[in-house]
Parts: sequence; C-alpha cells; structure tokens
Amino acid sequence: MTKKIKNLNLNFGPQHPAAHGVLRLILELDGEIVEKADPHIGLLHRGTEKLIENKTYMQAVPYFDRLDYVAPMNQEHAFALAIEKILNIDVPIRAQYIRVIFCEIGRILSHILNVTTQAMDVGALTPTLWGFEEREKLMGFYERVSGSRLHANYFRAGGVHQDLPQGLEEDIANFCENFPKIINDLESLLTDNRIFKQRNVDIGVVTKQDALDYSFSGVMIRGSGVPWDLRKSQPYDCYENLEFKVPVGKNGDCYDRYLCRIEEMKESVSIIKQCLLKMEKGPIKSLDGKISPPSKKDIKQSMEALIHHFKLFTEGYRVPKDEIYTAVEAPKGEFGVYLISDGSSKPYKCKIRAPGFSHLQSMDYLIKGHMLADVPAVLGSLDIVFGEVDR
Amino acid sequence: MKNLEDLEKKINSELTTKINKTEIKHHQIYLETDKDDLIDICLFLKTNNDTKFRQLIDITVVDYPERNNRFDVVYLFLSHEFNQRLVLKYSISENEVIPSLTSIFPSANWMEREVFDMYGVSFKDHPDLRRILTDYGFEGHPLRKDFPLTGHSEVRYSEDEKKVISEPVKLEQNFRNFDYESPWEGTKYIKQEIDSNDKKN
Repeated sequence: MTKKIKNLNLNFGPQHPAAHGVLRLILELDGEIVEKADPHIGLLHRGTEKLIENKTYMQAVPYFDRLDYVAPMNQEHAFALAIEKILNIDVPIRAQYIRVIFCEIGRILSHILNVTTQAMDVGALTPTLWGFEEREKLMGFYERVSGSRLHANYFRAGGVHQDLPQGLEEDIANFCENFPKIINDLESLLTDNRIFKQRNVDIGVVTKQDALDYSFSGVMIRGSGVPWDLRKSQPYDCYENLEFKVPVGKNGDCYDRYLCRIEEMKESVSIIKQCLLKMEKGPIKSLDGKISPPSKKDIKQSMEALIHHFKLFTEGYRVPKDEIYTAVEAPKGEFGVYLISDGSSKPYKCKIRAPGFSHLQSMDYLIKGHMLADVPAVLGSLDIVFGEVDR
Repeated sequence: MKNLEDLEKKINSELTTKINKTEIKHHQIYLETDKDDLIDICLFLKTNNDTKFRQLIDITVVDYPERNNRFDVVYLFLSHEFNQRLVLKYSISENEVIPSLTSIFPSANWMEREVFDMYGVSFKDHPDLRRILTDYGFEGHPLRKDFPLTGHSEVRYSEDEKKVISEPVKLEQNFRNFDYESPWEGTKYIKQEIDSNDKKN
C-alpha cells in the first residue's frame, strides 16, 4: 500500500519574535527539512523614497533615521555625503571626526543588538541583558548630542548640526575604556559555548561566488572571506587617517559572521579612541551661509544671517542638476543613496539601496535543506531590520 | 582596468555601437545604451578580465512623465577587483517590456520585482514577477510621479464589521506644496531669461 504524503506549508511570522520584525516567511516543509522559503516583505513599507521627493534636502534627513533604526546616523551619513559631493563643499575636519565617532557608535549599537538577539534566538538569554545595558549608554550619547535616543537627525550636508556638549568627549573615552571588558564577557558566554556552536557552525554557509552573485556586502561578504570594506577601499570623510583592521571570516557560516561582528566592535572602539585623540577644536559645519544655517547669536545681530535663516528653513538650499551614487559601510553592509537633483531644493529622485534587501532575498538559497530550527539562526545572522528592507 | 579613463576607452572600443554615450564624473563611469543591447553589455561587463563588474548593486527607474520615453532604467554595478563603480542607463516608453537580468545576476530577482511594483515596468523572462513591497491587492504604482503622495485608499479597523476595511482617502487638509522659490532668482520667467543670457554668452 502506498501512502500519499504532502509537504507542509508553514507561516513564520509576521508576528513572531524571532522574525526580527514584520517578516512573513512561507516555508515549505518536508518533515522538519525546509524545502523552500518565500519571504513576503513590505509590511513596514512607508514610501520613504516618495516622501523624500516631496521634501527639501534638510527635511529629508530624518527619514534616513527611520530606515535602519538601530544605527540611524550611518544612513544620514550616506545622504549627507551625496549632497556634499554634488554641491562640492568641504566638511570641516572636526565635523568629520564627530561623524566618524557617531557612525562607529552606530556600528557598535547595531552589532550588540544583532549578536545578542541572535544568541537569544538560539536559546541564550543572558547576553541580551548584558548587551542592552551598554546600548543604553550609547543611546545616552546619541541623546546628549542630538536630543533623541533613536531618531537623531544630526548629520547635515556640510557637517553636523551642533558641536559636542561639554563633557561628552570624556564620557565617550570612559566608555571606550570599559566596553572591551563587556565584549570579553559576551565572548566568554558565547564563543566557546557548546550549544551556541552547535546551532551556528556550518549553518547558512555562503561561498565567495554566491556572496558576489547575491549582491552581499558588509559582514555577509566578509564572513565568506572577501576582504571588502568601503571604509578601506573607498574611504569617505576621515577614515583615511585612521588605522583599523578588517576582520574576515573563513567558512562563511553563521558562526564566522558572529566572530566578525565581535571583532568589528573591538575595531570600532579603537577607531573612536583615535578620533578622540586627533580631534581638535574648530568649526563643525560648512562655513557657507547658503548651506549651513547661521547661529542664533548671528541672527540677532546680522540682517544677512536672518535672511539666510529664513530662506534655508522655507525654501531650503538648491542643489544643481546632477546625479550621483554614494555608498557607506553601514553596520549591515553597503548602504547607498542614488540621488538625482534637478536644480530645485527638493531631490528629483532618491533611491535607497539597503543592504538587508539583498541579504533577505537569498533566504531561500541559504535555508534550503536546513532544519526548521535553523531558520531563526540564519535569519539572525543575516542581520535584518525591516525599517530598511521595506523602506 | 585600474584607471577610469582606460576603462572608458576599453568599453568604447569593445562595445562600439552598443554604447551611446560615456561620461566620467564623481569617480564613477556613466554609460548610456539601448534596451536591446542590455544582456550583451552586462555579460561583457561581468566576464571580461578588464572590467569584472561582478556585483549588481541595484536596479531602479527614474520617471519623467513629460517625455515620450518616459522611464530611465538605471543599473548600478560594482567591481571589487578594480574598486570601480559603473552606472548603466537606457530610456524606455511606458508600456515597453525590458529584458530581465536574473540569469546573469541572481540578485536581480527582487530588484526587478521592486521596479515592477513601484513603476509598473514589466520584465521578460523573469521567474517570479509579483508585487513585493506594497500590500496584497494594491493598485497603481506608487513611485510614478503622477501617483498622489497620500495614495488612493486608507485602511482601518471597522468596529461595525469587526474586520479591517479599506476606504478611499479622506483628508481634513491636502498635502500642501508651497512655492518658496526666491522671487528675484527663482521664478520661471527669470530663470528662462538667465538661461537665454547664458546661452548668448
């Protein structure tokens, strides 16, 4: 007698804690083996690109915070760089250091979240509690410099909004002294942990060729042994003056990607330390009055400053007709902005290239033949944040 | 090719008639081509030892509703070996079907789905051309310039029907688009005058 068997279709998400947001994943299961995965995305689609087309360049910055909301300033950076290149303006050196410090803080924020939640997905609760205590401190730095813990709206074309408040430099330096110990604590919980290794080693292996074919970037491509980091290969702002290493994996599995992230956090701490040492007093935004708003003090005394202020916050600055693609090394990979300006004060088109979009696309290829329980592990190591995938 | 100028020469000499225009700006190379040559050009860029653009970064479309050939299709490539970026572009009219790159770059799959969803451009030989970002049953293509910013329908939970319903958008106040252009340098007739003066000089 033959028995008819049918593959089981399983809905994973959109309300599932291990889906890292609003992912609906339709899995076709043969027993416990995944035959096919079809991610349905777009549940968090807000039409960011359309909104940006209808706002001035300065008003568009906050939308970038809301993409990858665990590392907001890294994305503002890409947008600011795109405008600066078209306008052809120089950024004062102090502003460059401030931006790099906060981009690296963003990287640590994102990597702590990813490493610890990935650990939670495979059964470890403690790292999350330890890691989030540190994230709280970092978000405190965000708040002190920009006024909000998440949606900073701090970077501007030509520099940053305000100078660092008093005492912040020392506090960041203190953090850099203490944080490596916390990384070691996290490592002592995870790196040699038998369960963590059983769940991650040889899971979700990506070969070099596939990493290229599937448009991977960031940790996803470095974990597979390609030493590619935009901070090194196409340096922007002051990354040229800083020394840091690019950690590269060997096997391209979830465990190697975890190790890369841990090492990157250590490098980020060293970058922040170097910036704090090299930073000198000076202007923090472009001195061009047609682009940077004047100080409150000037507005009270100078007619020209008042006019500039009024024009900048109503019409905004105009950007000459041009097109450009700029990319930064965001914590999750290559975050790019393809900007087309038409000479007015609003972008004609602003395409956002989010790393998570191409990473999530490969879900089917990564998970095929794995067990159902590996889905959260692979998803966790992809480092998906739906703010940027859905845009 | 290490050098962008060399690369430009190489592409022009190898692909000759298939390339309509090349330009180097912002340390990137911009090519313009035709729809029919797309596959050949992408294969060449990917496999040739002097180009090696082995990663497709993104695909997008730019909408110019006032033109006959309404859409510009844009492809962004990256070469790790030579550390270069390339932007490939061609224009199509509204209902044209364009070739899919999924056979050359597997990652084109979702990028093309996004373009289809946002602009309504169809791809030939695409394995799975469905909407991707918008809601199930969505109508229209949101990133077209003639699609209103507020959309056509809004969704809410109805207490009477005990389910989520979709209704036409009702707004207390429409999205207001103020014209802040400087009257002494921004208005249309003055701009035209400045342009014509520039041409005379």
